[in-house]
Amino acid sequence: MSARLHALANPARFGRFARRALPWTAWLAALCIGAGLVWGVFIAPPGAPPPEGQGETVRIIYVHVPSAWMSLFVYACVAAASAGALIWRHPLGHIVARAASPVGACFALLTLATGSLWGAKMWGAWWVWDARLTSVLILFFLYLGHIALTHAFDDPARGARAAAILALVGVVNLPIIKFSVDWWNTLHQPASIIRRDGPAIDAQMLAPLFLMIFGFTFYFFTVLLLRARAELAALRTRALKLRMLAA
Amino acid sequence: MAMKAKTRRLFFVSFGLALLGGAVALALVALQDTVTFFFTPSQAAERNIQPGQRVRLGGLVEEKSIKKLADGVTTEFRITDQAKTVTVHYKGVLPDLFREKQGVVVQGAFQPDRVFVAATVLAKHDENYVPKELSDELKKQGLWQHDKAKPATK
Repeated sequence: MSARLHALANPARFGRFARRALPWTAWLAALCIGAGLVWGVFIAPPGAPPPEGQGETVRIIYVHVPSAWMSLFVYACVAAASAGALIWRHPLGHIVARAASPVGACFALLTLATGSLWGAKMWGAWWVWDARLTSVLILFFLYLGHIALTHAFDDPARGARAAAILALVGVVNLPIIKFSVDWWNTLHQPASIIRRDGPAIDAQMLAPLFLMIFGFTFYFFTVLLLRARAELAALRTRALKLRMLAA
Repeated sequence: MAMKAKTRRLFFVSFGLALLGGAVALALVALQDTVTFFFTPSQAAERNIQPGQRVRLGGLVEEKSIKKLADGVTTEFRITDQAKTVTVHYKGVLPDLFREKQGVVVQGAFQPDRVFVAATVLAKHDENYVPKELSDELKKQGLWQHDKAKPATK
């Protein structure tokens, strides 16, 4: 495993890997998101109507939950890549972290925005300072801090190192987000999918939801490969420019 | 025996994270009353909340407790966590989901007569998502669990 990860450190080999993988991830993302949206918005049954349930409003779940999942998953990826870079000096670590964190920030923002719309309709409030909402807001700020720190130094290596340390520190927030609804009284409802008694979402709604989650994940890998390839190219240009200046 | 550099770094990072995790956990336990979004009526009784102190209370709206007061604008209802009950007065528009046995969070303060005057009422829904046909069917068979959703306490 680690030998195979190190093999990807060779930029040429990474380029070949990206070229082979990209069509797959891109098509799978388009298929899953397309099918999931049509299924979720037009075919899946609405929730029980008010006053017993949420009616059509519940359909925002097909964007909100996949975004929330991605904002956690991408952060875990950034942290893992940062650990790889700091501990094992993996050359791709900083590049992957740098490429992934703006994508994660977008997912976190999308989570907050869709959640706010949903909350306005169902709870009667756009925003409340409960533990779940606040911890996700902190996740968004961690992403922003990570992006800012990456670019805060003239020497990119120093920025990457500082950002990697921040990424690792922020890992503490991930279990807090996940378990906030169990540890404290929150306005946000408890977990619906990963819970002890199995999912609390009906199968007819769970199927398109999982399609969307897979679609978002493939989308992330597509964008990650594209961005990492661009980062590698930028590094190479920088190195060439430096060499030309030195000559 | 000297550790390899990467083993030492792994040890450093793991130790640092464990330490940080412990510190954050301690801080959160200490701040429990601040982090929590609302108190249940029992928790409010335990903490002896003074009249006039702004707090949020959460619980289920008690059955047959909702009524309009004589002034025509104030709604009175009771929220309960099955152990303790609080009477709430609220002037204003109630959220769509507000109904008997629904989880709600009310924000306001106790009056000296222990009536809770709410400035805001928020609806809290549970984690169950079922389509309309299924809930109708379950109700017909008397198997509908939604109303018995666990109270806002844990």
